[in-house]
Amino acid sequence: MSLIHRYQSKDLRIVLDINSGSIHLMDEVAYELLPFMEEGLSVEETVSRLAGSYSEDQIRSAWSECRDLADSRMLFTKDIYEPAIDAYTQNRQPVVKALCLHIAHDCNLACRYCFASEGEYHGERALMSFETGKKALDFLVANSGARKNLEVDFFGGEPLMNWKVVKELVGYGRSLQESHGKNFRFTLTTNGTLLNDEIMDFCNREMGNVVLSIDGRQEVHDRMRPFRGGQGSYERILPKFLRFAELRNQERYYVRGTFTHYNLDFSKDVLHLADLGFKQISMEPVVAPETEDYAIRREDLPRILEEYDKLADEMIRREKEGRGFTFFHFMIDLTGGPCVYKRLSGCGSGTEYLAVTPAGELYPCHQFAGEEDFLMGNVEEGIQRPDLVEKFGSLNVYTRPSCQDCFARFYCSGGCAANAFHFTGDLKGNYEIGCQLQRKRIECAIRIKAALSE
Amino acid sequence: MEHIRTLNTKSLQTTVKKGGCGECQTSCQSACKTSCTVGNQSCEHK
Repeated sequence: MSLIHRYQSKDLRIVLDINSGSIHLMDEVAYELLPFMEEGLSVEETVSRLAGSYSEDQIRSAWSECRDLADSRMLFTKDIYEPAIDAYTQNRQPVVKALCLHIAHDCNLACRYCFASEGEYHGERALMSFETGKKALDFLVANSGARKNLEVDFFGGEPLMNWKVVKELVGYGRSLQESHGKNFRFTLTTNGTLLNDEIMDFCNREMGNVVLSIDGRQEVHDRMRPFRGGQGSYERILPKFLRFAELRNQERYYVRGTFTHYNLDFSKDVLHLADLGFKQISMEPVVAPETEDYAIRREDLPRILEEYDKLADEMIRREKEGRGFTFFHFMIDLTGGPCVYKRLSGCGSGTEYLAVTPAGELYPCHQFAGEEDFLMGNVEEGIQRPDLVEKFGSLNVYTRPSCQDCFARFYCSGGCAANAFHFTGDLKGNYEIGCQLQRKRIECAIRIKAALSE
Repeated sequence: MEHIRTLNTKSLQTTVKKGGCGECQTSCQSACKTSCTVGNQSCEHK
């Protein structure tokens, strides 16, 4: 496969050197000669191939610049990471560093796309007890080895339906920190309906991040996120989210939406949230089987890709005008991003990251909760299925066949194992719609950086 | 350079030796929960 990814957008010719992460903006002649150089043609042969379009001087000088980059390992860099990842995954201590605590398998909304089946996760409605939560935190501390930073996300269902236990568990976690040399990073994901000042104050003191679920325009939101009685939830939550975001100084939160087949013009929903004043915005494509009416279908892809471009254009414009905002899926940290180990070994589900149900059962992640084949153990006895840990631990970019020729593999780390499994029946499979969208988002993220670097 | 402008990026090769401490954020604990996005995360040791 090619060692570079080239794409053009507006007047930018962008070249990503896949294995070094270097990004080059090129003029036409340099951009056009790259395939010949990669093919192994000499400069003379390239001159003759491009003679009709560019002067010999132009071709030779562009060639020489590309050559210099290649010599500096910034162009046509080879993938040298596979042995390092093998050694890393085989030798690493099996530690757990993050838990998704399903503090409530119950919800007061009936969101149509909910993968948790309105909070119940294929099981009974249930709330996690303080005792079970405590054991979960003890399990985390006991299995975290030398890791200092431990992450606990209060998730649901709707976690505020079990708020008292959330508060108690935060207190308990804090009490363990000093004696065990740990630092808990708590986060909360909420639909907002039950938010009040007391909860916001507590979260602002204790939660490193809060994820606030809202889908954008009122009609879009209310269509998919009604109360159980059918009435929309937008008007109830919006004032609370606006206040919450302000109280957090527009930092360390996301308003997070889901877009579906019904709002393929989702850039309008993102901009709606931005126009309301939110600065940290996430909007994810729904993940659902094609049999659902709201599912993203293959034929929706061209439209969605175009929407991402539209959104990128508008974000560049707003940023230049000094009124920019963050869109989670276009965030890319070019100078301080993660190391190759993180980039290649995935999200850590089933190894470093586990989900805990209200009954204290352990699953590889929140998306597997309730699927018996993936029940890994429980907070009292710990992991009972080391085979599953091994299986998930072996997932990385090199063990997924479809990642081998994908330029985006250093940015998605092989994608979501749950999506792969649910769409293909194989943890090493690939969810093709998700992959196509991911590639586009990375192109847009890089393009935004490029456009703003001028 | 006359034909090429290179953005400032961190070279992935240099992270082979120093990386792998595992202290960075788990990707699904940020805002996704249905996709896998690591490229946008930050290293704890930058």
